[in-house]
Amino acid sequence: MYAYDQRDHAMLAQRTAQFRGQVARRLAGQLTEAEFRPLRLLNGLYLQLHAYMLRVAIPYGTLSALQMRGLAAVARSYDRGYGHFTTRQNIQFNWPKLDDVPRILDDLAGVEMHAIQTSGNTIRNVTADAYAGVAADEIEDPRIYAEIIRQWSTLHPEFTFLPRKFKIAVTGAPRDRAAVRVHDIGLQIRTNEAGDVGFAVIVGGGLGRTPVVGPLIREFLPKRDLLSYLEAILRVYNQLGRRDNKFKARIKILVQSTGIARFTEMVEEEWRRIAGGSLDLDPHEIARIAANFAPPPYDRLEPVDPGFEFKLAADPRFAQWCGTSLARHRQPGYAIVNVSLKPVDGVPGDVTAVQMEGLADLAERFSFSEIRATHWQNLVLPHVRLGDVHAVWLALATLGLATPNVGLASDVIACPGLDYCNLANARSISVAQAISRRFADLKRLNDIGDLRINISGCINACGHHHVGNIGLLGVDKKGEEYYQLTLGGSDDEDAALGDLVGPAFPYDAIVDAVETIVITYMDRREPGEGFLATYRRVGLAPFKERLYGAHQG
Amino acid sequence: MALIKDNALRPDAWVLVADDAELPESDPAIVSFARWRRDRARLARRNGPLGLRLGSDQPPEGVADDLAAFDLIALEFPKFTDGRAYSYARILRERYGFAGELRAVGNVLRDQLFFMRRCGFDAFEVGDDIDIGAWLEAFAEIEVIYQPAAGDTHALQALRTSLSPGPTRMRVTA
Ligand code: HEM
Ligand code: SF4
Repeated sequence: MYAYDQRDHAMLAQRTAQFRGQVARRLAGQLTEAEFRPLRLLNGLYLQLHAYMLRVAIPYGTLSALQMRGLAAVARSYDRGYGHFTTRQNIQFNWPKLDDVPRILDDLAGVEMHAIQTSGNTIRNVTADAYAGVAADEIEDPRIYAEIIRQWSTLHPEFTFLPRKFKIAVTGAPRDRAAVRVHDIGLQIRTNEAGDVGFAVIVGGGLGRTPVVGPLIREFLPKRDLLSYLEAILRVYNQLGRRDNKFKARIKILVQSTGIARFTEMVEEEWRRIAGGSLDLDPHEIARIAANFAPPPYDRLEPVDPGFEFKLAADPRFAQWCGTSLARHRQPGYAIVNVSLKPVDGVPGDVTAVQMEGLADLAERFSFSEIRATHWQNLVLPHVRLGDVHAVWLALATLGLATPNVGLASDVIACPGLDYCNLANARSISVAQAISRRFADLKRLNDIGDLRINISGCINACGHHHVGNIGLLGVDKKGEEYYQLTLGGSDDEDAALGDLVGPAFPYDAIVDAVETIVITYMDRREPGEGFLATYRRVGLAPFKERLYGAHQG
Repeated sequence: MALIKDNALRPDAWVLVADDAELPESDPAIVSFARWRRDRARLARRNGPLGLRLGSDQPPEGVADDLAAFDLIALEFPKFTDGRAYSYARILRERYGFAGELRAVGNVLRDQLFFMRRCGFDAFEVGDDIDIGAWLEAFAEIEVIYQPAAGDTHALQALRTSLSPGPTRMRVTA
C-alpha cells in the first residue's frame, strides 16, 4: 500500500481548507453556481437528480481495511448508511449535504483518501488492474506507475481546465483487466526485445457517445520517459482538443480528426523537446515508490491445501462459490478472492456500512488488511491463504456478500440510470435487478457460463454497454424507456465494441430479450465454447432471427 | 480593471490599443496579434515598450521568432474553463525562454491564480471590486506541489522532493 508522507498529508489538509473556503463563499453567495461548479467538480462533488453526490477516489483500486472503515463511517455519519462502488475504482455517496462535505473530506484525509479530480475536465483518478501485485501473469505491478501518475497529475497547473475529462488506466499483465484500450490513455507494461520493461502507449480510446478502441501510438516507452511522454500528450490535447462542442471534446475525437500518424508526430515532437528534462523518472525514485507496493510477508505454503480440497469436495455450495470467486495468486498456497456486489435483486455496486466494516474485519484477519475494487463493480480480498478460504466464505455469507456469480450473467454492470442520474433516458438498476432474478437459478447460471452484461441508462455509457458481451443502452422513445441491445463487446486485450442487433425493446420486454439471446447462444454453442467465441463464429443473424422473427430487424 | 503583480494591487502603466487607433508615442502599449501581423515593421521600430495580446486560439508558435520585440505578452482566458493559455504560458516560458511580463487577462478568477502562477504568469488583470487580501491568499492555499512547472528553477528536485518523504515544503508565492 502506498503510505502518505508528511507532504501528502499537508497537501490534503490545505486542499480541504481551500475547499471549505470555497463552500463558505458559495453559501455566502460570493460565488455563482457557474463559478462554484468547476471547483466542486475538482473535489468530486456532483449535483444529481435529488441531491449532491460525492465521488471518492480509490486510486488504482487498492484500499486498506482502515480506509474501508473510513468509508463506512462516512456512509453512516453523512449518508444513508451505504455507498456505491463504480466501474472506475471510485466510491460514490449519494446523499451528502453541501455544508457537510468539507468535514467528510477531513475525515477521508484522516485515512489518506480524497475526492480530488474524481470529476471535472481534468486528469481523473488513475485506474489499474484490480489484481495488481498478485496476478500470476504480471510483468510488473502497475500501481507503482499509477501512483507516480497520480502524484504528477494532482493539481497539475497546466491540465486542470482541459477540453474534457481525461482517464488513464495502467495494466501490468498481458491479460488486460483494466480496459486500457477504452481509456483516453492506456498504458500496458511490456518487455521489449532487449528485455527492458516499459510501456505500450494507447491513446484515444473511450466509450460514451463515440465509442473507440484506442490505437497504439507507441510500441515501447522506456519507464524513465513516462511522465514526459504523458505531459507531451496532454499538452497537445490541451491546445488542440475541441472546446466548442462538449460531445466532440474528448481526445479520441482529436486523434481521429488529426489522424493517428499526425497526432503521434505532434506528440513525439513535443516529447523530444522535454524528454530527459525535469520530468525524467530516475530509477531510484521508481524504486522508492515501488517499495510501497512490496509484497506482504506471505507464509511459505504448499501449493495445495488438503483442508481446502476436502471442503471443496464435501460442500457443493462452497465449491460453487469457489468456482466463480477465486483467481490464481502468484504466491503458492494463496488465492485471490473476488467478492460479488451483485446479490440477486440487489443494486449493483451498493455496499452498506455494516458490510464495509465486515469486509474490513475480513481483510485484517485474512488478507493483510488489503481490499481491491474492480472495474466490474466488485471487490477483491487479494491475499487469502487457501486454508482460510472457507472461513472467509462463511463470513461473507453472513454479510450477504457470498453470491456465487462473479463473471456470470447475473454479475451485471450498471450505471445509476434514471433512479439517480439527471441525464438518464431509462432505468438501469431495476433492469439489472430483473436480470439477476431471471438468472437466479445457480445450475442454469453455471450452465450459461461466463457472460458480461452491461447496462447504461443513456449514451454516456457509464455502464460500459459497448464492451459488454451483451450491452443494454437506455433510449427514450416518446417518453417511454427503451433499450438497444448490442452483442459481442469485450473490454480485455482483444477489446471490441458490440454490434447493434436491431430495434430497441421496451422496458417490459427487455429481460425476455436478454434471455432469448442467452438461449440462442446455448443452442448454438459448441461444447465448451464461450459466448464471445460463439458470437464471433455465428454472427448476428441467429440472434436477430430469434429476437425479431425471420423477416424483421 | 485592476492588476495584481508582485503580491499586491499595482497601477497598470500599459494601455491596450485598438487595432485602428494610433499608438502612443512611447508609453507602454499592447497590440493584438492581428495588428502585429499587419504593422510589424513599424511596431518593431517604435520607441516605447510593446506588448502583445494573444487570444486563446492564437498559440505562441505564431510569434516564436518575434518574441524579442515584446516586453509583455497578455494571454486571454475568454472563459475560465478554456485552459489553453496555461499551455501557452508554459511554452512561452520554458520552450522559448520568454522573460518579460506574462499577463493573464479575461475571465481571471481567484481560484485559478495558483495554477496560472505555476504556469509562468506573473501579472493578473482582475475586476476592480475584488477583495485583494482574499485573492492573495489564493497563491498560498496550497504549498505542496507534485510536478515541476514553469519557474521551478530546481525543477528536477521539485519532483524529487515531492516524491520523497519528509516535511520539505515548497513555499509558493506570486
Ligand atoms: C449519476 C451521476 C453520473 C453522471 C451525471 C455521469 C455523467 C457522465 C457523462 C456525461 C459521461 C460522458 C462523458 C464523455 O463521454 O465525455 C460519463 C462517462 C462515464 N461515466 Fe459517468 N456519470 C455518472 C455516474 C457514473 C457512475 C456511477 C459510474 C460508474 C459506475 C460512471 C462511469 C463512467 C464511465 C466509466 C464513463 C466513461 C465512458 C467513456 O469512456 O467515455 N459514471 N458519465
Ligand atoms: S450512462 Fe447516462 S444514465 Fe447512466 S449514469 Fe451515465 S449519464 Fe447517467
